[in-house]
Amino acid sequence: MTLSENRPVLRAENISKVLGGKQILRSVSFELQKGEMKVLIGPSGGGKSTLLQCINFLIPPDEGQIFLDDEEIHIHRKRDLYAYRQKVGMIFQDFNLFDHLNAVENVSIALRKVKKIAKKEALERAMSELERVGVGDKANLYPAQLSGGQKQRVSIARALAMDPEVMLLDEPTSALDPELIGEVLAVIRNLAQDGMTMIMATHQMGFVRSLADQILFMQEGEIIEQGPPSELLTPGSNTRALQFCSKMDELYEEPEV
Amino acid sequence: MDWGFYTQELIPALNRGLVKTMLLILPSASIGLFMGIVVGTLRAYGHPVLRKIGDGYAGLFRGTPLVVQLFVLYFGLPNLGIYLEPYTAAVLGFILCTSAYQSEYIRGGLLSIRRGQMLATQALGFSSFQSMLWVIIPQAVRRALPGCSNEIIYLIKYSSLAYIITFIELTGEGKILATKYFRFTEVFLAIGFYYLIMVTVADFGLKKLEKRLYIPGFGKG
Repeated sequence: MTLSENRPVLRAENISKVLGGKQILRSVSFELQKGEMKVLIGPSGGGKSTLLQCINFLIPPDEGQIFLDDEEIHIHRKRDLYAYRQKVGMIFQDFNLFDHLNAVENVSIALRKVKKIAKKEALERAMSELERVGVGDKANLYPAQLSGGQKQRVSIARALAMDPEVMLLDEPTSALDPELIGEVLAVIRNLAQDGMTMIMATHQMGFVRSLADQILFMQEGEIIEQGPPSELLTPGSNTRALQFCSKMDELYEEPEV
Repeated sequence: MDWGFYTQELIPALNRGLVKTMLLILPSASIGLFMGIVVGTLRAYGHPVLRKIGDGYAGLFRGTPLVVQLFVLYFGLPNLGIYLEPYTAAVLGFILCTSAYQSEYIRGGLLSIRRGQMLATQALGFSSFQSMLWVIIPQAVRRALPGCSNEIIYLIKYSSLAYIITFIELTGEGKILATKYFRFTEVFLAIGFYYLIMVTVADFGLKKLEKRLYIPGFGKG
């Protein structure tokens, strides 16, 4: 993938966080260029999920700054915070679809209640997003009636409907049965090819090799290695990322994507 | 058998009382449920100060007998220069009491909602108020509905306490008649039958509401 422009869309500087007396993030910084896909890999408990949730202030960072399009986001300016979050889509490991709404309502509710778009228009937009991720025929089903892969695709449609500038993906396939992982990865691959700016925590190493522009290897709250897959994952390169990657390959068989 | 007593005395009196009882129940149940939702939400998610106030309110009204609360409202407040009509005092007492109980059911419903639901609304840019209004409360109410229905059934029956503060409703009408003719057995059996019918109708309506609000994944259909 080529970087169409060389300006950071999102910039995180020196993010630190202590949770339950434990230092989860130690002054982490990174930036996302427009159209870039960065992946966060590393052992569980290394701070990947916390970092992603600090970026949209679901977990307020103790220290550090976040910039979107060079504007610093202040958590105490509620109106700005809500506007910022609309521009930063988030995909959760366990989907978090709204349990009382069917698929099309899940996608349209934020359009209607947050963006104040008229009902008819919001439903049309929601339908087209559901079709984009291949679950248009499930529009009237409730979360309890959908498979994990379908739920995750609905949640991606819900994020896309807000026209985000950046997407944060927190292990989007980790809660899925192995045979359902492929359908979700295919949707994410399409997004990457359409030029969506993304940062994703994942354990899908095949996916990392083929699609990531940059790998950020996180361990004990720090980014200890970063670079393109060609650099970090070349056989023979003496990196933590390569060791980790080989280990993951031994443990899991990758579905074809 | 003395049919005249039934057709000319008892039934007209009880019907008159039934209308009064309905006038007590309908506003008390609906306003009480609404207030219960508000208080329950504050107790589960509100500012710590509001939370304390809500807990105190629920503790006080669940911790004292309803009849004492009614006495305070009707006989106690005049000492402070506040005079309430029997009807006003009764409805006010019922609302305060029932919403304390409803707030507890709603609070339980709210606490059963997974944290991820709130995270998802925040990530989409909902304000806290919008999250509660459009996502959290609609789910919590569905979870709490069986308990809330139960409280409404209780309310139908404890509305009979209104006659103690001189608002003559169903039980009051019956008691006057029973004393006058000294026919306690028939009269109180008839009153019991009226309440049984009201509760049955209410139960039917509430079950229907539960069905209407049914969503796959929330209870059974």
